[in-house]
Amino acid sequence: MLRIAITQPLHGSQGMMHLALDLEIEEGAFVALSGVSGSGKTTLLRILAGLEEAKGEISMGDAHWLDHGKSLPPHKRGVGMLFQSYALFPHMSVEENLLYVSADSALATQLMEMTGLLPLKERKPQQLSGGQQQRVALCRAMMGRPRLLLLDEPLSALDPKMRASLQQEILALHRAFGTTTIMVSHEPSEIYRMAERVLVLAEGRIAVDGSPKEVLLRTTGSQKFSFEGEILEILPVDVIVVAVIAIGQQIVEIVISMEEAATLEAGDRVSISTKAFAPSLLKLNPSAEGAFDA
Amino acid sequence: MSEILTNINFAPFLLSFKLAGVVTLILFTISLPLAWYLSQTRSRAKPYLEAITALPIVLPPSVLGFYMLIALSQHSPLGAFFKTHFDISLVFNFTGLVIASCFYSLPFMVQPLQGGFASLDRQMLEASYMSGRGPLQTLFRVALPNIRPALLSALIITFAHTVGEFGVVLMVGGSIPGETKVASVAIYEMVETMDYASAHIYSGIMVAVSFLVLLTVYLFHGRQQRGIGV
Repeated sequence: MLRIAITQPLHGSQGMMHLALDLEIEEGAFVALSGVSGSGKTTLLRILAGLEEAKGEISMGDAHWLDHGKSLPPHKRGVGMLFQSYALFPHMSVEENLLYVSADSALATQLMEMTGLLPLKERKPQQLSGGQQQRVALCRAMMGRPRLLLLDEPLSALDPKMRASLQQEILALHRAFGTTTIMVSHEPSEIYRMAERVLVLAEGRIAVDGSPKEVLLRTTGSQKFSFEGEILEILPVDVIVVAVIAIGQQIVEIVISMEEAATLEAGDRVSISTKAFAPSLLKLNPSAEGAFDA
Repeated sequence: MSEILTNINFAPFLLSFKLAGVVTLILFTISLPLAWYLSQTRSRAKPYLEAITALPIVLPPSVLGFYMLIALSQHSPLGAFFKTHFDISLVFNFTGLVIASCFYSLPFMVQPLQGGFASLDRQMLEASYMSGRGPLQTLFRVALPNIRPALLSALIITFAHTVGEFGVVLMVGGSIPGETKVASVAIYEMVETMDYASAHIYSGIMVAVSFLVLLTVYLFHGRQQRGIGV
């Protein structure tokens, strides 16, 4: 069990606030951490890693990481961390980056095999693509067989295809090693696919704590579909009015009434839902599906 | 002229280079932990330490030399201690020159190293800690190999600056041939005694050596910046 009971003043986007958390995380769990920027997500990860100070207590099982002023230094906590910037050691090859953590070359080979890095093990980080670099960072983080793995938006700089395959690899490693994992993510699909628990931080506190289904599925009651989107433009067309709305990556047109048009303007966040109709599903041609990802 | 060339005494040059070599080695050992600490700390003592380290850049060498003379003389507690326990005198000999030069050249070693460490990707250093490695391993296995140009600058500039010092050396060492009479002091004496021919040759050699040292540093930097590597 990872026990966290901490307070720490934070310089957030809206001035000073307090990070005040009291929570427990089951060992072996995969937790997604979400929330607007400046809500304290990265600070929480850095406090868990021991890279930043806080008041209170943190313990993992029977190991006390933070105990009223006594803080175990980062390199003694057995925590693995993935940074947004990969943070590989540029003067070492892929294999040397892994072996820096521990001399267990069997584990290094196993990890490189699981992530397809084996043919690249002699290369230096600057000779790798972003996705390959983050794979190396992932393997390096697992080399210490960490009790806790912290992922700070590890996939945000990658294209959607690379994202998907790294998501699979992170999950595979999580299952193979049973590592307790906390991942900062803003992508609902990523959270839904990977996590079994979602924590949403707001102004330093936990605003929502639940399963991805409870937190992410927004349809209620008789609504069959419900999406959140942003109005891009409102266009009068003859006698009707059309709102152009961005829902995720998709742009749609929706007919609205004159009265509705009067209350809305471009930039408004809206919820689009519909009831009582039977949606038809059409399987997409796989080759066409990835057209936007490439 | 040819007579002067064949009779030229290289002892002051050898002494200058010996002094510079010893000082560079000692300063590297002292400055490495200091520069690392200064680059990593958030302590309030940092600006004070930085100011003290940089003092020799702005102080006249005579001021530094004067204080060194006071601090190292046999009448000072430190000088007396060394005299009674080790029978070592700290002024007007090579040991005194080394101690004084270490103070004088300290900023030229600390500042490039500190700048190199400070420019490193913070997350890379944090990744080393997260790899279970402490500050010492992080310093030697991750930080140092990634500041090679700064490291080379620090070593060469410190060496060159020690070769070029004059005031401090004169105050603390005097001009004892083979012991404290380094090249810069020798040139000063030649000018004093109006031996301009020798002064020309000595000065010419100093200019040529200094230029070659600096050229090496800048060539190396240029290659690094163009990504050719060495």
